Amino acid sequence: MSAGILSWGAYLPYWRLQRAAIGSSLGVPSGRGTRSVASYDEDTTTMGVEAARRALADLGGPVPADLFFSTPAPAYLDKTNATAIHAALELPIWTSAYDLIGSVRSAAGALRSAHAMAGEQRTLAVVSDLRTGLAGGPEERDSGDGAVAFVFGDGTGGDRVAAELLSHAATTAEFLDRWRTPGDDDSQLWEERFGQEVYVPLVESACTEALKRAGIVASEVDHLVIAGLHQRAVQASRTGLGIRPEATIADHAPSIGNLGAAQPGLMLADILEQAEPGALIAVVVVADGADVFLFRTTSELPSLRAARGERGVPTISELASGGGDDLPYARFLTWRGELRQEPPRRPDPQRPGAPATWRSTSWKSGFEASDCIACGFRHLPPARVCLRCRAIDQMERVRLADAGGRVATFTVDRLAYSLSPPVVGAVVDFDGGGRFRCEMTDVDPDTMRVGSRVQMVFRRLNTAQGVHNYFWKARPVETGGSVEGIGGDRS
Amino acid sequence: MSSNGIRDRVAIVGMGCTPFGERWDKGVDDLLIDATKDTIASAGVTVDDIDAFWLGTMASGVSGVTLSKPLKIDYKPVSRLENFCATGSEAFRNACYAVASGAYDLAMAIGVEKLKDSGFSGLTGVRPIGDGTDAALSSPAAFSFLVPAYCHKYGVDPDELKQVMSRIAWKNHCNGAVNPRAQYRKEVSIETITKSPLIAGQLGVFDCSGVSDGSAAAIVCRVEDAYRYTDHPLFVKALSFVAGPGGGAMDPDYDYTTFPEVVRSAEDAYRQAGISDPRSTLAMAEVHDCFTATELVLMEDLGFSERGLGWKDVLAGTFDRNGELPVNPDGGLKSFGHPIGASGLRMLFECWLQLRGEAPPERQIDSLARGRTLGLTHNLGGAPGECVSFVSIVGPEPSS
Repeated sequence: MSAGILSWGAYLPYWRLQRAAIGSSLGVPSGRGTRSVASYDEDTTTMGVEAARRALADLGGPVPADLFFSTPAPAYLDKTNATAIHAALELPIWTSAYDLIGSVRSAAGALRSAHAMAGEQRTLAVVSDLRTGLAGGPEERDSGDGAVAFVFGDGTGGDRVAAELLSHAATTAEFLDRWRTPGDDDSQLWEERFGQEVYVPLVESACTEALKRAGIVASEVDHLVIAGLHQRAVQASRTGLGIRPEATIADHAPSIGNLGAAQPGLMLADILEQAEPGALIAVVVVADGADVFLFRTTSELPSLRAARGERGVPTISELASGGGDDLPYARFLTWRGELRQEPPRRPDPQRPGAPATWRSTSWKSGFEASDCIACGFRHLPPARVCLRCRAIDQMERVRLADAGGRVATFTVDRLAYSLSPPVVGAVVDFDGGGRFRCEMTDVDPDTMRVGSRVQMVFRRLNTAQGVHNYFWKARPVETGGSVEGIGGDRS
Repeated sequence: MSSNGIRDRVAIVGMGCTPFGERWDKGVDDLLIDATKDTIASAGVTVDDIDAFWLGTMASGVSGVTLSKPLKIDYKPVSRLENFCATGSEAFRNACYAVASGAYDLAMAIGVEKLKDSGFSGLTGVRPIGDGTDAALSSPAAFSFLVPAYCHKYGVDPDELKQVMSRIAWKNHCNGAVNPRAQYRKEVSIETITKSPLIAGQLGVFDCSGVSDGSAAAIVCRVEDAYRYTDHPLFVKALSFVAGPGGGAMDPDYDYTTFPEVVRSAEDAYRQAGISDPRSTLAMAEVHDCFTATELVLMEDLGFSERGLGWKDVLAGTFDRNGELPVNPDGGLKSFGHPIGASGLRMLFECWLQLRGEAPPERQIDSLARGRTLGLTHNLGGAPGECVSFVSIVGPEPSS
């Protein structure tokens, strides 16, 4: 069997911004529904980690040999961002990690690369986007934040392929329909009708070619995923492809917005959660030309899906309809750096040191505790000397990032600095042992209860002197859906 | 724990303490000079008579030069040290051991902290470069864990405990109101305290100690020399300092209703001083009331109250200035603020005034009239589950 998708995972941040909240704040018409909003402590890297954790959650078996991460909104330049995902997933040093960053279209490149490199070895593609725009504009209103991840493989070693890639074709053209210079947060757009005119033939050509390469006629396509930030081009292209109109799958834009680079992957994952075995899926990415991927689902799909359900991996429909939709617009603007608020009279956060961070990677990125071999006491952070029996260097590491826990006690800290005060601090008792005091996130302080179930999520504590301080926080299980284990052996 | 103690081998023969507060008019040098001037005058000596110096400061200077330069000390040993909020007490402890050992005859311990020059609210520590995984919780938040834990363990209604904490703040502000050296010299009504805006958990603004500048110092010598300097020395009965394993935050057995470090240091100090029942023995105690909830827990950890009953003793006025055992008769951290390096010696200064009958009549403790003579000072540094603790006991008479 040719290589295909073994697994997928999607992540949508907890927060939703009511479009009406934009309108009422600015006195402009702003439409209905909500968009998804990455929290103040999230970026494309952290969202990518969460999507990848879900993609690997029910998989078991060997770890991916290559990781491709794509985002138009990278947390770092020069330095690879995929390495932070690699570290949070505790992938071995033998797994390579690459960024394809800057443009929306690079997401298609990440999927192609992951597919091309997949064979006996699995590969992982992660696409993440965090979209913003000028206040009151359509970019801000209609876009959304989120991430999606796919594991590719060819079925070696008992791997079960959910959907095989039958063909791919792409067209490419240089023209200005949208652009953003480095350092800017906001994209600029040329008059929309121009882009529409250029895109439509590019999309049609790519689609025709992909169908030809697969030996399929357009009417056989069961599900059409077509996505791009140029909405007019997407709409106009769709009708000329010869694919049945009812094959077009609905997106979740009314509730989460258009996720940009992550949108095609999110829609593909969404249809994988619904499609019958043997279904033909065309994925059309409209960005600086067009990429068309033709997938056929396999007979393994239903049982793979069932396994995901048993592991508690949330579906995209569940994710899209969840979340907290009472985010004030002013808070959204503050998180995006559009509204600068008076800071507390406290020193700026200190940046973490590179050597100290490197030494503690398995703790800081992998959230590994240490268990005393002599007496069993679990230490968070890991320790060399046992707190209970004082044995020295008799420790074994254990990853707790994927363990659930309960709130033993908590406090609401109105003094500590945060972009989103107050900080909620919790003492968490993990299932199977271990206690740690950490920050809570995606939580309403008024709903905190002792005994509440929490899960750990990878977040950005702060950014100091250009250094993003990534670490784990706890969040209520009910706000996120559970991830009980990313699986895979660590060999 | 096996400490030998130096009961009645060292005496304090002079002390000084600057007014605490927002001392915009004084730099670190000024505060050190002011405290030294008062202290040497109190002992009737000159700086030149002092053989060695211990300077406690957390962040207002590094090295002995911080003291030797402003005082123009002539080529003598000056140690600078830091031990969290027990920094001032730690300077005192080391100076005591120096003279007890015979290495020096006359030593001075001095503490100073200039917090207000930073321009920031609250404490600002300089931490080593780390991996960035330390929880960003503020100090009030770390101590606020005590409140629900205490309520839960002893079945105290949260509103009732809020009243208990408010009464502690009220008591300390009453004491500070009549102390000219205090930062805050006004009584505050219980209602104002209770209704103050929340800072962390159930701790409101008035449950937190202030931030101030200040300095205090003590001159110590061996007891046989004490009467050369003063007719009324204070004898050091006990000095205990412990640092804990710091595992409370990861230990499911730690329940946030006690500071084990305080329990250990108190037990050690009582053993050194030969005290079996501190509540019925001590004339006064100066304890580390960084937060009102801390003072409540300390009443139990220091053995003044039965476990789970400290809140009742607070409400009964047991620790009021004219109660059975006055606690923080000078107003405590609550009224003085907490210039880290100075606080421990400021506490000792209150013992110096009260136990030797020098406190002005309007704020004298009346436990002395009941025949009690000993004073206790206590510092806590760190946070619940990870701290250092210091306890000293002093008295105006040699033990019989």
